[in-house]
Amino acid sequence: MSTITLPKDRATFHLPEEPHHPEGHSTMLGFWIYLMSDCLMFAVLFAVFAVLGNNFAAGPGPKDLFELELIALNTAMLLFSSITYGFAMLAMVKNNSRQVLIWLGVTGLFGLAFLGIELYEFHHLIHIGATPQRSAFLSAFFTLVGTHGLHVTFGIIWLVTLMVQVHKRGLTAANQRRLGCLSLFWHFLDVIWIGVFTFVYLMGMI
Amino acid sequence: MTLTEFIFGRLDWNAIPYDPIVQLTFVAVALGGIALVGALTYFKLWGYLWNEWFTSVDHKKIGIMYMILGLVMLLRGFADAIMMRVQQAIAFNGSEGYLNAHHYDQIFTAHGVIMIFFVAMPWVTGLMNYVVPLQIGARDVSFPFLNNFSFWMTAGGAIITMISLFIGEYGQTGWLAFPPLSGIGASPYVGVDYYIWGLQVAGVGTTLSGINLLVTIIKMRAPGMTMMKMPIFTWTSLCTNVLIVASFPVLTVVLVLLSLDRYVGTNFFTNDLGGNPMMYVNLIWIWGHPEVYILILPLFGVFSEVVSTFTGKRLFGYTSMVYATVVITVLSYLVWLHHFFTMGSGASVNSFFGITTMIISIPTGAKIFNWLFTMYKGRIRFELPMMWTVAFMLTFTVGGMTGVLLAVPPADFVLHNSLFLIAHFHNVIIGGVVFGLFAAINFWWPKAFGFKLDPFWGKVSFWGWVVGFWVAFTPLYVLGLMGVTRRLRTFDDPSLQIWFQIAAVGAGIIAIGIGAFLIQIAVSIWKRDQLRDFTGDPWGGRTLEWATSSPPPDYNFAFTPVAHDVDAWHDMKARNYQRPTAGFAEIHMPRGTGAGVILSALAVICGFALVWYIWWLAALSFIGIVGYAIYHTFDNDRDYYIPVDEVIETERKREAQLASLKA
Repeated sequence: MSTITLPKDRATFHLPEEPHHPEGHSTMLGFWIYLMSDCLMFAVLFAVFAVLGNNFAAGPGPKDLFELELIALNTAMLLFSSITYGFAMLAMVKNNSRQVLIWLGVTGLFGLAFLGIELYEFHHLIHIGATPQRSAFLSAFFTLVGTHGLHVTFGIIWLVTLMVQVHKRGLTAANQRRLGCLSLFWHFLDVIWIGVFTFVYLMGMI
Repeated sequence: MTLTEFIFGRLDWNAIPYDPIVQLTFVAVALGGIALVGALTYFKLWGYLWNEWFTSVDHKKIGIMYMILGLVMLLRGFADAIMMRVQQAIAFNGSEGYLNAHHYDQIFTAHGVIMIFFVAMPWVTGLMNYVVPLQIGARDVSFPFLNNFSFWMTAGGAIITMISLFIGEYGQTGWLAFPPLSGIGASPYVGVDYYIWGLQVAGVGTTLSGINLLVTIIKMRAPGMTMMKMPIFTWTSLCTNVLIVASFPVLTVVLVLLSLDRYVGTNFFTNDLGGNPMMYVNLIWIWGHPEVYILILPLFGVFSEVVSTFTGKRLFGYTSMVYATVVITVLSYLVWLHHFFTMGSGASVNSFFGITTMIISIPTGAKIFNWLFTMYKGRIRFELPMMWTVAFMLTFTVGGMTGVLLAVPPADFVLHNSLFLIAHFHNVIIGGVVFGLFAAINFWWPKAFGFKLDPFWGKVSFWGWVVGFWVAFTPLYVLGLMGVTRRLRTFDDPSLQIWFQIAAVGAGIIAIGIGAFLIQIAVSIWKRDQLRDFTGDPWGGRTLEWATSSPPPDYNFAFTPVAHDVDAWHDMKARNYQRPTAGFAEIHMPRGTGAGVILSALAVICGFALVWYIWWLAALSFIGIVGYAIYHTFDNDRDYYIPVDEVIETERKREAQLASLKA
């Protein structure tokens, strides 16, 4: 909807001036709705984990598998990446594209560290025989955590793309909008991870 | 692994079906395809199609392309239907009929999938795409490129599904592919994989188009059009797109989990190692029940527009109509378990879902009464859209009542998976969605093309469908009450045969309805000069889409309209609205792009490769999708201005048209 004031006149049926729809004025809303649909996908995966999470099929359970110290370190990586992304956004507001690039780079490195630790954990689990095929619990675990990891992977690809965009064209309106969308996406993945950490790892250890 | 296996996966010569029926179909389709390609080449239409249609981001053209896709797929889905009816009519007294079990099971699966995903969904989406931006006085949707991409992904899903007819097989599982039947143990070949990837590719398109239309309705409405001044069709579209965004992700995930079970060997829905097949049934119906409201809600909107237009009255109970729509939207999430009362979840759970299901009939009933009260003391014109609407009210009400009957869990235990259920949902889907779509096509065709549809053939089509529906499905109600279950290929009890024969005759009458519809379109194009409408408002319309010319110019409205009333255009006419004739300005528009076609083509290749385990091709096309999407973000040439001279010229022609009418 436009922000122009309406003519009081009931007989005015069109405006001489075009109501201004600036380019990309709906993008944030659209992206937010997309995130909610993504959130629903995670909700289903959490629900599946809730239903199947205790079906160990005489195989290993969370207490046999999870090392909380490692997961805490992993969580820290992701939380730090969210803070540094925030710094990138602050730099964007100050219109300092060099600083934006630096902070985006740092964010990407934290993201890669997170993925590295996750892959190490997966590799370790598969190595000791706790494969996704072993039990419904492990199927649900690998799928929930893996889907989050896949999202982070795409986030990093997107982040690199945006670094190239900002480097090439600077902080144009389009790039600012894209940085804003990725910011929403990145923090969203943080929130999902807090759910994963709580419901999968912490509550699994009780 | 040999080199051939590496290159072709599990694709080999055995993938060509040996069934003579399929082979004949293949020959016919191939000849038809060659003729079509030849004609397009001969008349040099490829460039026109590519530039004006395939790459267009105009919501009107995309809407029309959705409608064409739905029509083509309707012919396929109906061919499946009539094959089933013939098989069931003759497979008695020891006869095996003419379809073997492998083929018959594919047919009932494909019929359901195609009719829901590739007929009803494209038609509903196409309708919303065409009408909503015009009704809210907008130039286009919020994300025009995304709109084009969504269409091509839907078409891509349809293509993957259609390939299965000639290369390999389709699922033999029923349209929702319940495990363990759809698991790798019971369905080891490619049928279920075609099912999965066809729906996944189309699902991307549906979800994105849902987001797009939702944002469009929230953000792009004309000044003055507050939420409670939106036309009812826009309201029902809004609710439908909320349902799409809030349900299709569930389908996506549940199909991903099924594919993990099939491809990776996980244990989500297996019977071993802690898997739970009933979780699949729960999850897919959490998508599936909202899905039926996704289909019917926009048509409720259509009936509202049609009833008020053809009775010449403001819609009775606008506010209650809006609230009824919203209540149905919410309730549609609270009823999914009624699809499987027999799962054994206990009396309390079944009671809860039985009661919520029955409650839905209240807002739906309120809508029926609103339409009736709108008609009461109205000056009713029985044009084709109105005829379809009356047929809908009679037919749909019966379907609704059998639905409430099925909502009673003890009754459902008897009728579950019987032909009574089949008759019920065809009663609401044909009587509601299909009749509504024909009402809508007859109603908005003159807006899209500038001439009305031929009424004679329209009436033949109408009577074919309505009579055919009742002749085809009443016997199924009877058979269902006698305890005959669905999806049977042969029968032992000869006393049942007469009912199946009557049903087959009914399907034949529906075939006349479909044929007459095709003739109606052909005759109307032939006689378009006699059926021409220059006013842009052939029915005495009430909402903004009738304020512009037919067909509307690329930019829809030269000046953005201001809405003062729910029936904004009716209000404008009542207050002696004068068309602006001066002060035009250049108009900012989105530019067409081929990216949607390319991305969707890569997605089809990726899906095909995954079906056949051609891993290198799957990886390559997936990288192609990601790479091309990134490349597309570097394309900054996305918009252009329609020069003011062109706007003036277009509007001057329109002025001349209107003047010629007055003369």
